[in-house]
Amino acid sequence: MATVKKFTGKVVPLNVRDVDTDQIIPARFLKTIDKLGLGKNLFNDWRYLESGEDNPDFILNQPRAEGATVLVAGDNFGCGSSREHAPWALMGWGLKAVVSTSFADIFKGNCLKNGLLPIVVDEATLEELFAAAEADHNLNVEIDLETQSIILPSGKSVEFPVDEFSKKCLLAGVDQLGYLQQQLPAVEAYEQRRGDLVNTL
Amino acid sequence: MSQPRTLFEKIWDEHVVAHEPGAPAVLYIDLHLVHEVTSPQAFQGLRDRGIRVRRPDHTLATMDHSVPTTANRLQVISDEIAKKQVEQLRINCREFGVPLADLGQETQGIVHVIGPELGVTQPGFTVVCGDSHTSTHGAFGALAFGIGTTEVEHVLATQTLLQNKPRTAVVNFEGSPVKGVTAKDLILGLISQIGVGGGTGLVLEYTGEAIRALSMEGRMTVCNMSIEGGARAGMIAPDDKTFEFLAGRPKAPQGADWDAAVERWRQLPSDEGATYDETFSVDVASLEPMLTYGTNPGQGVGVSQPVPDPASLGDANEQASLRKALDYMELEAGKPLLGKPIDVVFIGSCTNSRISDLRAAAEILKGRKVADNVRAMVVPGSEKIKKQATEEGLPEIFKAAGAEWREAGCSMCIAMNGDQLTPGQYCVSTSNRNFEGRQGKGGRTFLASPLTAAASAVEGKVADARRYVS
Repeated sequence: MATVKKFTGKVVPLNVRDVDTDQIIPARFLKTIDKLGLGKNLFNDWRYLESGEDNPDFILNQPRAEGATVLVAGDNFGCGSSREHAPWALMGWGLKAVVSTSFADIFKGNCLKNGLLPIVVDEATLEELFAAAEADHNLNVEIDLETQSIILPSGKSVEFPVDEFSKKCLLAGVDQLGYLQQQLPAVEAYEQRRGDLVNTL
Repeated sequence: MSQPRTLFEKIWDEHVVAHEPGAPAVLYIDLHLVHEVTSPQAFQGLRDRGIRVRRPDHTLATMDHSVPTTANRLQVISDEIAKKQVEQLRINCREFGVPLADLGQETQGIVHVIGPELGVTQPGFTVVCGDSHTSTHGAFGALAFGIGTTEVEHVLATQTLLQNKPRTAVVNFEGSPVKGVTAKDLILGLISQIGVGGGTGLVLEYTGEAIRALSMEGRMTVCNMSIEGGARAGMIAPDDKTFEFLAGRPKAPQGADWDAAVERWRQLPSDEGATYDETFSVDVASLEPMLTYGTNPGQGVGVSQPVPDPASLGDANEQASLRKALDYMELEAGKPLLGKPIDVVFIGSCTNSRISDLRAAAEILKGRKVADNVRAMVVPGSEKIKKQATEEGLPEIFKAAGAEWREAGCSMCIAMNGDQLTPGQYCVSTSNRNFEGRQGKGGRTFLASPLTAAASAVEGKVADARRYVS
């Protein structure tokens, strides 16, 4: 996994709350057995018209979205299903971070395991970002995982929470499975102590 | 004396294998359920790393999401991409030694239906699956939650997960429901109260006389939709009903092991004086049969109550959200859903496809006809349920009424298997999500109970189930 540290990224706002994973990537695109190639179907049903052409009203199809890496979205982003295809699609499109006032639990966990930063800010900061993104279609923000800060256009630096362990993994560019594998002796001891309570075979 | 603990805390404590400073707890997983959609990339991950599945005997796979529900599905899966995904699960299960409840086998069905049915879901267990409705298994007093595909790989490889301890809430369902108000209405009632993000970060424990009075199947319906309130999991303390449901199931403990298990399970309910981080309560007696009117499961209302007016909401964001939902649904604020003409009725899904759900629908459909303007589909949750329903003569009742009787699977809950709405159609559905396009691009969903769905099928419009039950 690539390391995630510090970057400056262009903002694209999606001022909608409770964006569910069925909007991020509709279920009919989950028949794939790969992780790659999902970016083209990101927000599919908002992004394309019945004819298959781009919906010009949808923000990702507008020039202002070109090259954006930071999605700023309404509260409770990523609610609904556990599909990891959601962060895969967001990253496949080119995003590196999503900023909102809150994220659904499973979605947030999935993001952190793929190097897509879920950045939680307070309501005032989110409003400030939405307003700034409306005023400047080339708005950039700086995001620094090391210091857990996002630097707003006003120059104000806002801290965001990340759990210590995910942060360490992202900065080092290592996935979490390695850590679990190191725990296997403890897992074996646990299994021996507790015995088998079920057998699916 | 030790500190009083909740049901959740007892299970959590029992399953922490290690907890080092600066890292989440390593949580042992007793049961890992697997399906075709969220597992292929995880198996590929194992292959790439040269790792085996650590505990195939704690793992069970089936296919449910992308499989058709047509009678000839053993011969034909016309969607080539879905066919490849289904075939990939077979390959993965063979290669890694994972037991598979395949199409055509008597154990196949929706993953959250077959776990309890086989008795692999047990009180006190940790249960995970790459599916957010894993919360269903909490009905047995298990800690059960959905995980992403990376975590599926973690569990396949190590039988553990890295987890930060969630916070807890107790949800008291106070009072008794009137006739026609079911488990589905209870949970839709709660979610309409707390909203789709109200449970974020929380494990909910459902309590109260209305929960105790529910059958195990009703409890599964309630726990199933915990995720729709944003909760990490939902759970219900096990009791005699739980044990009675599990007794004699193929994978449940037998003989002396059974007695020991029940003894253990009786220790699970929350201790007196145990505390929760938050408390919610639902006034059950005041609930009507519930329906959703919007595009998330929190946008629900009693059948005779008016759809809320965006102007009546204080917050500008909430107003915009409701306006967007009503635009998509093409609904008028201020009017009730009762009497709204519909096109499709779907009875099925991991929420409401169990035998009692089918019996409830059959009770209303018996001797009646599905309205001419309505396509009604009844989709059993598993092969076993299909067999049981057949023994009880339910398919004849559905077919005589003019409803379709299909093969077991997720069907029109997720619209990735050929069963789907066409743009603009209205559907009264017993499933769990009314997100835009969830049941087919442009389709519009009213979530409701099997009773409401069956009554609406008969009337050809949203109906009040209370008129059909005595």
